[in-house]
Amino acid sequence: MLVSVYRYNPETDDAPYMQDIHIEIPGGKDIMVLDLLQLLKEKDTSMTFRRSCREGVCGSDGMNMNGKNGLACITALSQVVVKDKLVLRPLPGLPVIRDLVVDMSQFYRQYEKVKPFLINDTPPPAIERLQTPEDRAELDGLYECILCACCSTACPSFWWNPDKFIGPSGLLQAYRFLADTRDTARDQRLSELDDPFSVFRCHGIMNCVSVCPKGLNPTKAIGKIRNMLLQRAT
Amino acid sequence: MVTSITSFGRSGLYDWMMQRVTAAVLMAYTIFMIGYLLFSSDLSYASWSSLFQNTAMRIFTLLAILSMVAHAWIGLWSVSTDYIKKTSIRFAFQSVCGLLAFIYVVWGIQILWGV
Repeated sequence: MLVSVYRYNPETDDAPYMQDIHIEIPGGKDIMVLDLLQLLKEKDTSMTFRRSCREGVCGSDGMNMNGKNGLACITALSQVVVKDKLVLRPLPGLPVIRDLVVDMSQFYRQYEKVKPFLINDTPPPAIERLQTPEDRAELDGLYECILCACCSTACPSFWWNPDKFIGPSGLLQAYRFLADTRDTARDQRLSELDDPFSVFRCHGIMNCVSVCPKGLNPTKAIGKIRNMLLQRAT
Repeated sequence: MVTSITSFGRSGLYDWMMQRVTAAVLMAYTIFMIGYLLFSSDLSYASWSSLFQNTAMRIFTLLAILSMVAHAWIGLWSVSTDYIKKTSIRFAFQSVCGLLAFIYVVWGIQILWGV
């Protein structure tokens, strides 16, 4: 099969380029894209990408495979290869450090903005802060995010305003703490989101939902934040 | 740098809300107009003119014009802050939009109360 990989080494290359590599898959098996990258790296050790757990838990190997973001380690070739060809690019919109490795600083800065930790100014109880099973269930579909950045880098609003729009991933986390009954900073959190960019740059095109490798729904969470802002203001 | 100083209401929630309220007004006006054009038995200058001499119709039309202007401003402001990175060009674009909006309001009032 033919693999076209985005290559860029700022120390030696003037500009990024696409490198076409023909490769035979051993035994013709349906391997994962990450395994394919490993094979490519055996051929050319300068091939650079991030990876760690190789089972869709760490979120290190988010990349753009034939035009769609996803985790290379849990995406089988049969899911993405079209006409025996695969185009691999780094996550769109973020600065490229080298080959498929992007600089995630902007993404993390947005994550940091939503204060992704529990804020509670009441004295801590002796053992722990309890929740009812129903209250705890509110956090399902929110806490599972692994911060792979597949969603935010698939979002045009994040591409155009990555410094002001929090992005689907950050907003999913924002709602995770807004929905937490143990958190006492809801009003302050909402105040920080009520500007024309942080939340309201989402136009609901749902690219985030279609690419999330964990099957989460940031658009729904953003809708709930909007409703909270609306309820607070009326 | 893209800032929110030129946004409609300075608050994301307010702009979002206005966008929806004005959209509802524009939809009501559009449905009314289509209904009038389709089902009016007599479509002549006289009937059209008398329709717009009605104070309720003038209020409805002015509301629709103001809604259109607010709706267009919020929408185009979003587009310009997404796609136009250079502040001077973005400001020029927003100025043209603002001026056009003002002209349409004044012109609309003149037409409405001129019939």
